[in-house]
Amino acid sequence: MNFLPLWRYQNQLIDGAIVTLELTVVAALFGILIGVAGAVALNGRIAPLRWLVRGYIELFRNTPSLIQIFIVFFVLPTFGLKLPAFEAACVALSLYFGAYSVEIIRSGLDSIPRSQVEAGQCLGLSGWQVFRHIVLPPALRNAYPAVTSQFVLLLLGTSLASQVAADELFHVAGFIESRTYRSFEVYAVICAVYFAMAMAFKALFALVGAAAFRWPRRR
Amino acid sequence: MRSFSLIDLASLVAALRWTVVLVVLALAFGAPLALGLAMGRISRFASLRWAMAAIIQIIQSVPLLGLLFFFYFGMPVFLGIQVPAIIAVTVAYTLYTAAFLGEIWRGGLEAVKQAQWEAGSCLGLSLWQQFRHIIAPQALRLSLPPTVGFLVQLIKGTSLASILGFVELARAGQVVSAATFQPLLTYALVAAIYFALCLPLTLWSRSLEARLDGSR
Repeated sequence: MNFLPLWRYQNQLIDGAIVTLELTVVAALFGILIGVAGAVALNGRIAPLRWLVRGYIELFRNTPSLIQIFIVFFVLPTFGLKLPAFEAACVALSLYFGAYSVEIIRSGLDSIPRSQVEAGQCLGLSGWQVFRHIVLPPALRNAYPAVTSQFVLLLLGTSLASQVAADELFHVAGFIESRTYRSFEVYAVICAVYFAMAMAFKALFALVGAAAFRWPRRR
Repeated sequence: MRSFSLIDLASLVAALRWTVVLVVLALAFGAPLALGLAMGRISRFASLRWAMAAIIQIIQSVPLLGLLFFFYFGMPVFLGIQVPAIIAVTVAYTLYTAAFLGEIWRGGLEAVKQAQWEAGSCLGLSLWQQFRHIIAPQALRLSLPPTVGFLVQLIKGTSLASILGFVELARAGQVVSAATFQPLLTYALVAAIYFALCLPLTLWSRSLEARLDGSR
């Protein structure tokens, strides 16, 4: 075991970690947008739209993320839509994360009893005010743990983008391995970097959660 | 180049057996380990609780792909001898399964009220008897839906073994796609096979959850 040959590749590692973070944040943002839109559609009155969203959720939750990335990267070009690796991974991971977000956001909204909405209406609040002051804060609190743990899974899942040669951390690992032939050492270091990033996000989310959702829980 | 034929479809279906083998191996070794982790997590000894929590936390904070490569290249380093790839892959999937199932089952065990343990001890049951006859059956019922849900994650996760060269479903898809130049048809079929495996489990998990909810 010899970790020294890896030392000169620290810049590549840092660059890879940055691309991993970019991929995670972009996919999370688009995924949450999809999640909000999907949750609205699921609670909406247009039946075909509801079926469409249901089909999307089941399709993306019951097939491997790796295959989804392959389809976006290898199959879309046959339709004339050729995406570079990073963009293809972004699209595939956004759709994957979005499928989980819809369910999380919808169940967050559904966790608010109907009577609370009615109570707000009785107080003469407008529809927007009811949503903003009565539904949204507890719904956010209920959805927060699920969203954040899904975010960490997304961070780890971006490693699959290496398989279409997006320049993220795991792909950098393959590059360093090909230069140093220190396979075990390289992947041990890579695992440690992912671990550090995941723990940092978990700590950050715990702090933000504690600060943002301080009001007491009624039982 | 040749066109997509029945042979290609057959090779996809044949590759399914490796997907199944990987899932069975992961469950066979991972489930007992998960039970150990879950019991350790609710132990009376704080040091044991911390150790188990740390193990679970570490495994859950590393990508599955990372675990696979770590053990694939690491086993010879740890053991000093070459081991077949299947052993390294089994170790990685076992730990992955153990960490996630362990945490799911801990949740189930903790959801059973403390008073149930006390009631058992009032009846003169030993700690093991309390666990075996009072706590475990209730915890099992509670944790069955997420356990089935995790099974879906595991099936999807076996696709990563393709990257280490296992000719399971995902890898067979790559091979067929390269041979026939028909990525659309091939990957659509691969996705459809995974979908056909996972959707029934997802629906089952959901119906279990609904049934549990109704009984409350």
